Amino acid sequence: MSKKQIKTTVNSVEHEILVDSTWTLLETLRDHLKLTGTKEGCSNGNCGACTVMVDGKSSCSCLVLAPEVDGREITTVEGLADHGHLSPVQDAFVENSGLQCGFCTPGFMIATTALLNDNPHPTENEIRLKLAGNLCRCTGYDKIVRSVQDAAERLAKA
Amino acid sequence: MPNFDYEAPTSLAVALELLAQPGEVRPLAGGTDIIDQLKSNRRNADLVVDLKRIPELSSLESNGSGLRIGSAVSCTDVHNFTAKNSGYAALSESSELVGSIHIQNRASVGGNVCNAAPSADTIPALLIHEAIARTASASGEREIPLIDFFAGPGQTVLAKGEILKELVLPAPSANTASAYLRFIPRNEMDIAVAGVGSLIEVDPSTKVVTKARIALASVAPTPVRAYAAEEYLEGTAIDEATINKTANLAVQAAVPITDVRGSAEYRKELIRVLTNRTLTICLERLA
Repeated sequence: MSKKQIKTTVNSVEHEILVDSTWTLLETLRDHLKLTGTKEGCSNGNCGACTVMVDGKSSCSCLVLAPEVDGREITTVEGLADHGHLSPVQDAFVENSGLQCGFCTPGFMIATTALLNDNPHPTENEIRLKLAGNLCRCTGYDKIVRSVQDAAERLAKA
Repeated sequence: MPNFDYEAPTSLAVALELLAQPGEVRPLAGGTDIIDQLKSNRRNADLVVDLKRIPELSSLESNGSGLRIGSAVSCTDVHNFTAKNSGYAALSESSELVGSIHIQNRASVGGNVCNAAPSADTIPALLIHEAIARTASASGEREIPLIDFFAGPGQTVLAKGEILKELVLPAPSANTASAYLRFIPRNEMDIAVAGVGSLIEVDPSTKVVTKARIALASVAPTPVRAYAAEEYLEGTAIDEATINKTANLAVQAAVPITDVRGSAEYRKELIRVLTNRTLTICLERLA
């Protein structure tokens, strides 16, 4: 195992980190940078709890090695709010009760933010397809879909 | 996770030197299969060589002679590129089915090929589009028709130190259409119980099929071509009856196992149904 010095921007803050070559991005965020909003669920890319954006693209951080993000920009759930003001996506999830236990919520909000950046007016089918990689075991999918639809409307007005 | 070193060379020549080193040296593209396999001790590594910073492996382009896909290009990029280039409809459709969007954003089509799962969605699409695998190693390059690339579940013909450099697909003619369908129990994001890619080239005046390619996923130790079905359809005028006969013949190429995803008998029936549907879609696309 070797150590690698990486430079990465996380939520607009530049970090220089000495990582083990075997660390995942998820471990680096949670254990080293103490950004524990990103959750570990299945650890194999099925559940989406660990979803973050890498250069704007939603990715399972459990399947990314820390040295792979050298020079990349990462956005985690902690980076969605703007100076203490929740983002339109976060407001929509809160006001539509798009969560129950909340464990999957950071992943859903990152996935939603990435989806709406790419496609500001998705159909319900497109929402369900693009969020299929995020599992909610409280089974609240209808309210999550309504939250995404509301988030799209909020962003269109913003 | 096993202990391994990590290198991200920016040139193919350096990557090939690293890959020729002794020990278990693993190429990494999107990592969505290999990182999971390393974590769960299904594969080992002393050194992981990240290919994503090598320009020619991370680019794709098309010209009059066809499409070149660098082996580290993501499924999302292949999907977006081919969605605008309708000549490769089956590839566009299948590259949008590999895991979730979060997986597609990282996973490469080349990695989907090299992981060599019999269920890999992009492989039937690449096979019907007659993809050539261009490989590279410290001792040179070679070209392998993709149908000859697979040696078994998770096994390819790549030698130690040899990587997939790019996939090269010839340009389809104007009267060609393709489609890929798979069956999964969910509506989205699952592993194919069975999958079928079909491509036909049809004489518009006579409806006679001048080229037929049909490839199957999840029904054999490797992805397979349905040669008997192809041979029957070529030279035949395509209609509902000949599509039905072709679909019945495609089942001959399926030698599935029974497992948790479905029985062998069920998979064979899926091949018949999906062959019928993909050919019907091709015909609609040509109309």
